[in-house]
Amino acid sequence: MNTLFTQNKITKVVLAMAGLSMMTLSSGVNAAGLGKISGNEFNPAISLILDGRYTDINSSELELPGFQLGGEAGLPSNGFATGHNELVMSANIDDSYFGTINMAIVHSDGETEIELEEAFIETLKLGNGFTLKAGQFFSGIGYLNSIHDHAHDFADRPLVYDAIFGGHLVDTGLQSTWVAPTDLYLSFGAELTTGSKFPSGENEGNNEGRAFFVKTGGDIGISSSWQLGASYYQSEFDVREASGAHDHGGDDHEEEVTIDNELLNGDIDISGIDFVYKWAPKGNNKQTNFKFQAEYFVKNESGLVEFVEGDASAEALYDGKQQGYYMQGVYQFMPAWRIGLRYDHLKADNKFSDFEDNGIDEEEFLEESGYGTADEPNKFSIMLDYAPSHFSRLRLQYSELDNGHDETNEIITLQYSMSLGSHGAHTF
Amino acid sequence: MKTVITLTLSLMLIASPAFAKVNVFTCEPEWQALVQAIGGEHVKTYSATTAYQDPHHIEARPSLIAKTRRADLLVCTGAELEIGWLPLLLRKSGNADVQASELGYFLAASHVERIEVPVALDRSQGDVHASGNPHVSWDPYRLQTIAKALSKRLQEIDPNNATNYQQKLKQFNQQWTTAITRWEVMAANLAGKKVIVYHKNWSYLLKWLGVEVIADLEPKPGLPPTSKHLSHLLSVTRDNAPDAILIANYQDDKGAKWLSNKTGIPVIQLPYTVGGSDQAIDLFSLYNEVLSLIIKETR
Repeated sequence: MNTLFTQNKITKVVLAMAGLSMMTLSSGVNAAGLGKISGNEFNPAISLILDGRYTDINSSELELPGFQLGGEAGLPSNGFATGHNELVMSANIDDSYFGTINMAIVHSDGETEIELEEAFIETLKLGNGFTLKAGQFFSGIGYLNSIHDHAHDFADRPLVYDAIFGGHLVDTGLQSTWVAPTDLYLSFGAELTTGSKFPSGENEGNNEGRAFFVKTGGDIGISSSWQLGASYYQSEFDVREASGAHDHGGDDHEEEVTIDNELLNGDIDISGIDFVYKWAPKGNNKQTNFKFQAEYFVKNESGLVEFVEGDASAEALYDGKQQGYYMQGVYQFMPAWRIGLRYDHLKADNKFSDFEDNGIDEEEFLEESGYGTADEPNKFSIMLDYAPSHFSRLRLQYSELDNGHDETNEIITLQYSMSLGSHGAHTF
Repeated sequence: MKTVITLTLSLMLIASPAFAKVNVFTCEPEWQALVQAIGGEHVKTYSATTAYQDPHHIEARPSLIAKTRRADLLVCTGAELEIGWLPLLLRKSGNADVQASELGYFLAASHVERIEVPVALDRSQGDVHASGNPHVSWDPYRLQTIAKALSKRLQEIDPNNATNYQQKLKQFNQQWTTAITRWEVMAANLAGKKVIVYHKNWSYLLKWLGVEVIADLEPKPGLPPTSKHLSHLLSVTRDNAPDAILIANYQDDKGAKWLSNKTGIPVIQLPYTVGGSDQAIDLFSLYNEVLSLIIKETR
């Protein structure tokens, strides 16, 4: 077995060397470079996304009663702001692996940070429909989860993504997918990840995240195509710190009071379905096209809540069920111009037992911890965008966010989103 | 979990293909037609796009991933024409045989020299292709070179039928050479004529015929015609009147018709590729129809 392997390896090396010398020869003959589709000779394909916006909004903090927020969930800042500028590099590493890195350069609160969005390698030659991915990646669950924000059709993510995943479900680990050898597209995926990031939390093994998804899709005639997906995520954790605690205007407080809001021995599972339908006359989407998409997620989580504010504290057993959906339609009515509508809806149903009052009563606890439910938050958005080329887009969006506390926020966003460098991918 | 694995494995076994015909995934109908012509009954073909779609604007949709998954050979144009979706199909398909390093990956444009290779690469010049104009199927001589390379590739992938592929190629070459002679006689009067085109997808054809392109309806490659550019074209045609405006029948005809109304220059709507009209059922009939239409309208 071992010698066979070595022989195989030697043959491969010899072949590779022969290939290399042939390449040198042929490049001498054909100076024009009769190459393959490649980004930029031997450098990785580099693309830079520039995103900037002006937002008119009269609130600074996203509050969704019944949902503990984490990750990147939040509202844009009022006035001018640089958005999600991204630097992406990718290339085939050799004939067996593909690699990519995606960094977001974000400026907020006077500081510039580089956030690692994705950094993974992927196999190219496992064959038989199998692909293995390793590193940090956007999970394959749902439809929008694995698509970066700049490729979304609205200026902000659907509310359900912020409420349930804190933006995107992104984690480090392994993903394997298998595409069935059928005419109807059928693909299965499984992920094993740290489970240490929101919506999960720190766990000793750093390996508690599990995700499964299945996608199917096809064409209807020449003008339409569709995709339907189902997803499941499950994790267990020791502790999750919440960032979504209620803030009552820092100015009133002379002294800073330390707030600790932790969920201990937590259990979480999320199920979802997603659907996308696209239409373009004769399948030619250049002049006009229409896209409809909808996703629904439901999250069950439980654990022991510990809420500490200064010297006072409260404890309770928690069993929560939170769900949300959005649906949107985007219509390109003439080349370069699109109009879109989106409706978001959330609903939380959280139960508590064995409440222990150590200076904080149940009402105060519910309000300040973020677990307390109120009305069902919802949001309505309309957008108009103009993309004169493959590489530039200007967008105007108006949203009305009802946060469930009888408060309605009107948000107007004017955004540019541009892509420089290598050609982006046209994901479905 | 165990049942899932067993189920998955048994599904795979059921579905593993008997290597009867070479399963060829082509990106555009012209390559599907060429593969059919030189592969005959030993190939099964599928085209990712139709003659009414712009191959630059396709998405890696589910049905295409499923088709790529099962392909033995992938035949595409290359020269970045499919750069938005082909790399994604390759990554998502999990098919080892058609990856860029393998025999099952064939890019037509990389077997011939391209024209209009940009000197400087800058996106202010529009959606330019660093490797030059990808629309190589419109030069009959380049097409012949590609047919030869494609036949060789089929012979390597399916050695059992090698002699058959050689015969088919020989047959195709004879018919194609005869057709070239006929077309060159037929279109002799086109040399020296002047046209406006929508996009640079006729460059090889017009170069072969000796027709001069005086302007493009697109202000820059890939950008839709603007009213400012159209009014500029109007003044161009006053000084240098073209014989026709050529557009492919999947392209928006508004700009062309506006210019035609103002100037009286005829608009010729052409099938760009096989399947683009009732007559264009293979490469021979496609060339025939396009040449006849241009000759008829510019007489």
